[in-house]
Amino acid sequence: MWKKDERIPSGCAISGFINRCGRKESGEAILRSIAAMHERSNGLGGGFAVYGCYPEYAACYAFHLMFESEAARDRVEEFLRRSFVVQGAEPIPTRSVASITDQPLLWRYFLEVRPESLTVGNTFLTEEDFVVAAVMEINAHFDGAYVASSGKNMGVFKGVGYPEEIGRFYRLEEYQGYLWTAHGRFPTNTPGWWGGAHPFALLDWSVVHNGEISSYGINKRYLEGHGYLCRLGTDTEVIAYLFDLFQRRHGLPLSATCLALAAPFWSEIDRLPPEEATIARAVRMVYGSGLLNGPFSIIVANRSGMIGLNDRIKLRPMVVAERGETVYMASEEAAIREICPSVDRLWYARGGEPVVAAMMPLGAEAEAEVA
Amino acid sequence: MTSLVLPEFLHRVDHQRCRRCKRCVMSCGFGALQFLERVVADHAKCVGCHRCATFCPEGAITIERNPTALRYNAHWSEEHRKAIWRQAESGGMLLSAMGNDKPYPSYFDHLLLDACQVTNPSIDPLREPMELRTYLGSKPERLEFGAGPDGKPRLTVELAPQVQLETPLVFSAMSFGSISLNAQKALAMAAEKCGITMNTGEGGLHKDLYPYSRHVVIQVASGRFGVSPEYLQQGAAVEIKIGQGAKPGIGGHLPGEKVPHEISETRMVPVGTDCLSPAPHHDIYSIEDLAQLIGALKEATRYEKPVGVKIAAVHNVAAIASGIVRAGADFIFLDGFRGGTGAAPTVIRDHVGLPIELAVAAVDDRLRREGIRNRASLVVAGGIRSSADVAKAVALGADVCAIGTAALVAMGCHLCQKCYTGNCSWGIATQRSELVRRLEPDVAAERLVNLVRAWSLELKEILGALGLNAIESLRGSRERLRAVGLDQTTLDILGVKPAGR
Ligand code: SF4
Ligand code: SF4
Repeated sequence: MWKKDERIPSGCAISGFINRCGRKESGEAILRSIAAMHERSNGLGGGFAVYGCYPEYAACYAFHLMFESEAARDRVEEFLRRSFVVQGAEPIPTRSVASITDQPLLWRYFLEVRPESLTVGNTFLTEEDFVVAAVMEINAHFDGAYVASSGKNMGVFKGVGYPEEIGRFYRLEEYQGYLWTAHGRFPTNTPGWWGGAHPFALLDWSVVHNGEISSYGINKRYLEGHGYLCRLGTDTEVIAYLFDLFQRRHGLPLSATCLALAAPFWSEIDRLPPEEATIARAVRMVYGSGLLNGPFSIIVANRSGMIGLNDRIKLRPMVVAERGETVYMASEEAAIREICPSVDRLWYARGGEPVVAAMMPLGAEAEAEVA
Repeated sequence: MTSLVLPEFLHRVDHQRCRRCKRCVMSCGFGALQFLERVVADHAKCVGCHRCATFCPEGAITIERNPTALRYNAHWSEEHRKAIWRQAESGGMLLSAMGNDKPYPSYFDHLLLDACQVTNPSIDPLREPMELRTYLGSKPERLEFGAGPDGKPRLTVELAPQVQLETPLVFSAMSFGSISLNAQKALAMAAEKCGITMNTGEGGLHKDLYPYSRHVVIQVASGRFGVSPEYLQQGAAVEIKIGQGAKPGIGGHLPGEKVPHEISETRMVPVGTDCLSPAPHHDIYSIEDLAQLIGALKEATRYEKPVGVKIAAVHNVAAIASGIVRAGADFIFLDGFRGGTGAAPTVIRDHVGLPIELAVAAVDDRLRREGIRNRASLVVAGGIRSSADVAKAVALGADVCAIGTAALVAMGCHLCQKCYTGNCSWGIATQRSELVRRLEPDVAAERLVNLVRAWSLELKEILGALGLNAIESLRGSRERLRAVGLDQTTLDILGVKPAGR
């Protein structure tokens, strides 16, 4: 296996859409969209995140795992049984695709946290903290095992290959989701490691990322100080962890999280109205180590929405479009036109300004019904 | 007693070229030159400060290292032999000034910075904004928000006071007494112009510097010279001086003959009294005493300015720093063993302390491990020679670098290491009015401003090459450093990978 502390730079294509009312559709559309940007990947990584795909297990943390061997699977399953109530366990269904070889063992588990495991001595963990710790434990300490996703009612399907092949391999046309994101990868060197493909996910956060984070070194050290172990060899994982830290653990408003990740320049901050300037200044001072510096466009999703964000000097492309209650984001306009030829509105996201596509309250209800 | 030590330098005048203007004779602060029909040098008094050679209109002066050789001995070096002769002649401790000049390894010179190629673009600082702004002070670990009346998020915590610096550089503490008022004025003027700070050192704040007080860090040292309510109200921040890199664990002594009227007024002591800075603060014998003093100073300054602590880097520096942060310091000034001084026992200067590179790495690591790194800024000093050193120190974990020696060199200092004599020909480390006068504050300030500007430009260039446009993305990013020729243990301490990996 490829060593877990080596980093591989890569370039990429991303695409995603959300039906803000929670109406679901199969994986065919996202497959066509990402396939339209075939040249932006080189066959060394592709993947998808889908939300709303496990209504029958909506209350469980759906763990998607990759194993290099049966022995690794045994060890991890033993760990999972010890830590969780396992409500379901099965191999992830795949079909054989000629170009896809060397796949690891792919399994999924539907897990519930035992309330008693949340008290450790005198400290009380939240369920999420417990799940995060378990994911970190597996990724860092179980050789030959890797957690691809760990959220509720969502899943990440990824591997080594062109994204459209990966999609067929995982039979994505059989899944239904209201939010899909996809990624095609162009890594600059070639370890064929399935875990290195995007999306990266933690709890129900998932990130697809086009670009390279030049500030990876400090982002990683900062996160390690908060208990996140960056062992997956690409800079994208830090984005997922930063979202988890800022949004879930520190409870920052989304606007503040985006200020931290793609901060305005001091000269801009100095010109803001006093209250906004105070906030922006404080965010930069306190969360400077979380600033994502370098070229990137990302689509970050969780169960309640999707955010597109560009680096503050916009060194990577990102197009956004709207049609009815569906919002599309992609590296290229073609990827959107492919699945939605006539849009109501289409624009280029500005550097450092997040585009937020949140579920509508109605959608949240629909989602609750399904659950 | 006749000295057995031969002169260190030979001062040569090309008498053919010399036009007998006597400028050199007047410029020498050490009385090494006389005019007896022609310029005559007392070589033994020449300290190699180059003032005369720099200003000779005919370029008639050369100063050479005395080539007269002692028999080579690897163990009994010339330096050791000379030191013994000097001590046999004087019976006293040997004194030195400026920083440790021994050939200990410089870890900065074993570190290389990264740059971008293809996968991530470098950024052109001439076209794109590049940010060096840094805030000195304590930051909370996290922010908390509530909803304002308009439903928009609003901060519910107020941040501790901060000092805004336009570049991650400040001038180190150099007191009025150890340097001249003109030198301090130049530092203050330059600090204001550059949007950074200078530091009073332990000698109080002369009234002439009050107009610059927003760019002055005021020091409270063991002698408490010049500390008064009024003094505390001045200044952008307060620094408690525990120690200094050039002489960890050692106090200070400004002899009475160097305490004329102005210094006496600023230090608040009678003219002609010795100013003794005790080795420890006599009200600080442990960390809780320090916590009390920090608290008292915050109280006295109404919690309006950061209060920090300056320590010398010594062996257990990480644990000490952690204690200081927990004691409530808003910043730590870490001074490495190359740090300068106006006067120190040579034996201490040359044999005590830690290299700043290792100290900053160890402290930054420890504070991160304990989850308190945000609570205090790290100001790092002790032999910072160039913008490259600054960039490397920042990558190792410094928030800000402080420069003392480099600032003096910018003003003309030639590192002759004779500051303790009070005869500085450059008008810097002296109180002799005829010498002080030659350092024009405006001119010296301009040199300082130029230096800070030049380093800042270079830092921007470095950031751009790294594909970064804000200094905070380099801070603590050891991933962007690689080491050449260091052993594994040192690599572990620095947290840096060897080059090629
Ligand atoms: S300054 Fe130069 S020219 Fe003037 S007296 Fe000295 S050596 Fe001669
Ligand atoms: S300040 Fe003056 S006396 Fe001190 S080293 Fe520099 S030139 Fe020499």
